Amino acid sequence: MNNHPAALALHHLGAATDVPKERPILQLQQVNIHYGQFHAVKDATFDILEKHVTAFIGPSGCGKSTVLRSINRMNDMIRGSRMEGKILFNDHDLYADQVDPVLIRRRIGMVFQKPNPFPKSIHENIAWGARINGYKGDFDELVEQSLRQAALWDEVKDKLKQNALRLSGGQQQRLCIARTIAVQPEVILMDEPASALDPIATGRIEELILELKNSYTIVIVTHNMGQASRVSDHTAFFMVDEKRTGYLQEYAPTEQLFLNPQHKKTEQYISGKFG
Amino acid sequence: MSGMHAFGKAQDIAALMNRRRANAVAWNLVFILSTALAVLFLLLLVCSIVDSVFGYAVLTDEIEPSALVPAKSSVGDFSRQELEEVALTRLSSGVLRRVEHEKPIAQRSDKDLRDLVEHYVVKPKVLRTWGFWDSLTKRAEVSAFIARNPGSYASFRSWLTPSFIVSDQSADPLRAGIRTALLGSLWIIMITFLFAFPVGVGAAIYLQEYALDTRLNRILKLNIFNLSAVPSIIYGLLGLAVFVRAMEPFTSGALFRSFTDNTANGRTIVSGGLTLGLLVLPIIIINTQEALKAVPDSLRMSAYGVGATKWQTIWYQVLPVSVDRILTGTILALSRALGETAPLVVIGASTFISVDPSGIFSKFTTLPIQIYQWSARPQGAYRNIAAAAIVSLMILLLLMNSVAIHTRDKIAKKKRLES
Ligand SMILES: Nc1ncnc2c1ncn2[C@@H]1O[C@H](COP(=O)(O)OP(=O)(O)OP(=O)(O)O)[C@@H](O)[C@H]1O
Ligand SMILES: [Mg+2]
Repeated sequence: MNNHPAALALHHLGAATDVPKERPILQLQQVNIHYGQFHAVKDATFDILEKHVTAFIGPSGCGKSTVLRSINRMNDMIRGSRMEGKILFNDHDLYADQVDPVLIRRRIGMVFQKPNPFPKSIHENIAWGARINGYKGDFDELVEQSLRQAALWDEVKDKLKQNALRLSGGQQQRLCIARTIAVQPEVILMDEPASALDPIATGRIEELILELKNSYTIVIVTHNMGQASRVSDHTAFFMVDEKRTGYLQEYAPTEQLFLNPQHKKTEQYISGKFG
Repeated sequence: MSGMHAFGKAQDIAALMNRRRANAVAWNLVFILSTALAVLFLLLLVCSIVDSVFGYAVLTDEIEPSALVPAKSSVGDFSRQELEEVALTRLSSGVLRRVEHEKPIAQRSDKDLRDLVEHYVVKPKVLRTWGFWDSLTKRAEVSAFIARNPGSYASFRSWLTPSFIVSDQSADPLRAGIRTALLGSLWIIMITFLFAFPVGVGAAIYLQEYALDTRLNRILKLNIFNLSAVPSIIYGLLGLAVFVRAMEPFTSGALFRSFTDNTANGRTIVSGGLTLGLLVLPIIIINTQEALKAVPDSLRMSAYGVGATKWQTIWYQVLPVSVDRILTGTILALSRALGETAPLVVIGASTFISVDPSGIFSKFTTLPIQIYQWSARPQGAYRNIAAAAIVSLMILLLLMNSVAIHTRDKIAKKKRLES
């Protein structure tokens, strides 16, 4: 999978052994999500390819975060949310009765819009997730590896005992990425990971995503068209209908979607006409 | 609307600014005044209590020391030989036999003998006391009083002394102390803590983190809120019915065959502690819920995001950051319990015992009950020892709180920097 030192016991739902080049690792089929009476997302159907970067774009409130959260069952934690349809992860239904959402969240990690490290030391931020998941290896090594992968090691190697909240916003966000990597997920979901950061920190996150693509499947929500075109292989464009329900307007390889959009709304959106 | 004009002309803006400034000044004044008023009343309270703790007492002896040993006006001046002689000749035979049985006169320390002679032979009695302020300003009144009462003498004393803390209950205010009540209070507060803290925090965790937002749970939360406003005496009635009566086999210790005396029935330290536990339970629950509510959801989400279970999230992430608020609430709740009288009186706390509590199935009295008892008596000296006991209670509260705050800060610091 990757050159990670972690030897976490992986309870595969059924991972493929030989990886074809364009294997869909996640398949969304007729996904509908409600918050109470409110129909937030309707009929989203598309595949997310393994070890690709998939970007979600679209105007505010169109349900990008909602769809993203449904992929690692984080939406379960929101009171009143309801999901219909199917999401297949390595061909197995994520919402089947016997599936434990806790395990899903370990295998499909998440990085949030606002950097939210644990109010603990840098070391503990990374070690904790691995520890509660039963990691038995060398924690110092795990911390170093994860921080290196997140391109943060050089900046923090001398202050691993320091509270993570004292890092800058950009460093905190990379720490959150490192913490997600440390539990060895297969997929990393990122909800506007750079929206709170300056252009330099944003640039580093983007480099990081391209780097991580070799080992992980990445799904990223972004409002930044440039970012989507720079980092992603595929782009999903969401829109809202007149009842404010989100739907998937267009899904295509990124280059194609940006250079040759099939829908008028897509073209208007990416050229900044609305949203 | 065209820009600035919507806010009026320059002079309108200036007038508005002036009004706003005046408004701010007025409110500021109100706040300062209310703070000053609060401080003033607090000072008055402290002064009025401390005033009774120090001051003149006019005493009279049943047998003056000079009648025992010529030319010596105080037992403190007696020599060892004189002390032994007085003790052997003047103590009544019954007392002497008991004293000798406890420890032979010859082997007792000087101080011991002096106390014996004071208590059983000289027998000083308080005629009248003056507060600190009166002692300073009304010396003439004290002298006149002494002149009117031959054989009396004045002594300026502090009613709060080390021996007041360590002595047991006595009908004589000069010898009475608070040891039994103090121990009772400590035992009770321990039971209260052991019961109310885990149950309260557990219930709050359930209600805040697990319970769904159903109608039933909302009603439950509202009622817990209401419970915290129920007068404490009601809890006393509840404790009487449940702990003292219904659960007597347990609360009297009969179930464990470890009760020290069977006159207590259910009116034991466990019953008292549990009753106060019920009293502070809603406070602890509400406080803990507020503490948990203050933890941002983003922290929970980040824990779930790395594959933590709900319990791991609560235990390793949510509780560590809310622990200081939870403990602060608990400290406040326990302080309240420490000062409660009514519910304990209702469940039948002993009012006059001199036997120290020896365990959770003992009879007990507590400091507030002791204070209540003493302040209800008309003789002057009781008022003074009541004040001394109040000061002791306040010192105990301060001590307990500072220990608790210290532990809390240590825990919180450790949790924050845990690596
Ligand atoms: N927890 C929630 N409870 C109820 N409604 C919600 C909740 N979260 C989102 N919604 C609603 O669902 C719709 C989609 O929200 P979502 O956050 O997924 O949009 P988004 O595309 O991520 O927007 P943005 O780009 O602003 O982040 C919105 O109308 C929003 O009001
Ligand atoms: Mg969003």
